[in-house]
Amino acid sequence: MGSTDNMRLEVTVRRSDADGGYDQIFKVPAYAHQTVLDVVSWIQQYSDPTLTYRFACRVGMCGSCAMMVNGAPRWTCRTHVNKVLNGDRLHIAPLRNLPVVKDLVVDMDPFFDKWIAAEGLHHPTRTRHDPIVSIDPENPQRGEANAGIECINCSVCYAACDTVAGNSDYLGPAALLRAWTVFNDEKNAGKQDILDAVSGSSGCHNCHSMGSCSHFCPNALNPMTAIAGLKRETAKTIFRRRKDA
Amino acid sequence: MIRPSRSHPLWLAFVLHRLSGLALALFLPAHFWLLSLALTQPQRLDHMLSFAESPVVKIAEFGLVFLLSVHIFGGLRLLALEFLPWSNRQKSLAAGAIGISLLLSGLFLLRAI
Amino acid sequence: MLDLRLYMAQRISAMVMIPLVLGHIAVMIYAIQGGLSSAEILSRTQGSAFWFLFYGVFVVAVSVHAAIGLRVIVHEWLGLRGIALSLLTWTICLVLFVMGARAVMAVTLL
Repeated sequence: MGSTDNMRLEVTVRRSDADGGYDQIFKVPAYAHQTVLDVVSWIQQYSDPTLTYRFACRVGMCGSCAMMVNGAPRWTCRTHVNKVLNGDRLHIAPLRNLPVVKDLVVDMDPFFDKWIAAEGLHHPTRTRHDPIVSIDPENPQRGEANAGIECINCSVCYAACDTVAGNSDYLGPAALLRAWTVFNDEKNAGKQDILDAVSGSSGCHNCHSMGSCSHFCPNALNPMTAIAGLKRETAKTIFRRRKDA
Repeated sequence: MIRPSRSHPLWLAFVLHRLSGLALALFLPAHFWLLSLALTQPQRLDHMLSFAESPVVKIAEFGLVFLLSVHIFGGLRLLALEFLPWSNRQKSLAAGAIGISLLLSGLFLLRAI
Repeated sequence: MLDLRLYMAQRISAMVMIPLVLGHIAVMIYAIQGGLSSAEILSRTQGSAFWFLFYGVFVVAVSVHAAIGLRVIVHEWLGLRGIALSLLTWTICLVLFVMGARAVMAVTLL
């Protein structure tokens, strides 16, 4: 696997630490097949060992290597350089909408805290002593749950969302997609808890359906649809409660 | 500099909906004030309405009709997205909203001149 | 900065306005030919219970809708929050309603 002759990429990396941030340019050899994560790893291994970044599985399962690549959020381990190259240039920066720890590493705590805030958790209906519920895969509600189940928590949608950028309290697409998935799971109790959790001032009703989440989701999931589902179900509760009152 | 993730059709539809809504909301007080002149100073209202004959004002009115139209048809798409079963044709529907709006505001302009 | 209640107010006011805006656009396209005059506008609207109701409901709905819409924009783009944001929402709603009500009365009452 040789470098395609003397071709070199001009890679600008956003560096930052406690003292502030700056852009640093690296010349990286170009290969016919390489991912953005390969480029970042090359810089760290051959040019600047102090470059900090995060990755684990390298096959698009763990959701830890997402970065901003030429202004768009992407999973870098499965983004081919050729697909995103701007001439011979690449701009790599930490994910948007999350606090930077160092260089390309962001603090994911706010992102995961919102999953909990949205009740994107399993609320068990039975104990270990009860028989397992049988699930009908053809059930439409099961279809809704299945549609969102492949989320790998990479935060690409969260970084893509302009509503999060403008309203830092907003729960964001990933947490709401998980809430919708759990809501539609037959094995999950506490459906009203979920609807209440996403109905507050930072909840699903802040979504403007701009669809950047669905546009950039590397697993082709559709958080925008899930959020629309939550809006519909929460709206129904208003009328249900009025009838009960 | 991290640039936001833009330039896909539904994001542009969002921007159009927001900017048209903002412009209409800012225009409303002027609209209300002008009409309330009918009660207090009818001559002044007629004087103001005579400005509407100038081409610049006609183009501005065309713009307002387009903004109102694109806001309601874009809004209809959003209401359908939120309250009706999901449709995958969102981009076509957003483009359709702009098309209808150009048609209606164009019709307005043709009758105005 | 929208909870379920504000969201529903926003969407219900939008639904109320669908026929009203379509009617308004139709009237504009119809009325613009040959220019506008106060006499022409008033001859259509003055003393008409229909237009009073039409534009009265329109003003109420648009005051709610615009106030909530501007609230979201001011929060997301200017960062205003808390009581100041609620106060601004109500002020916009009230000012639009009063100005709109004056306009409706001006063109529909005899």
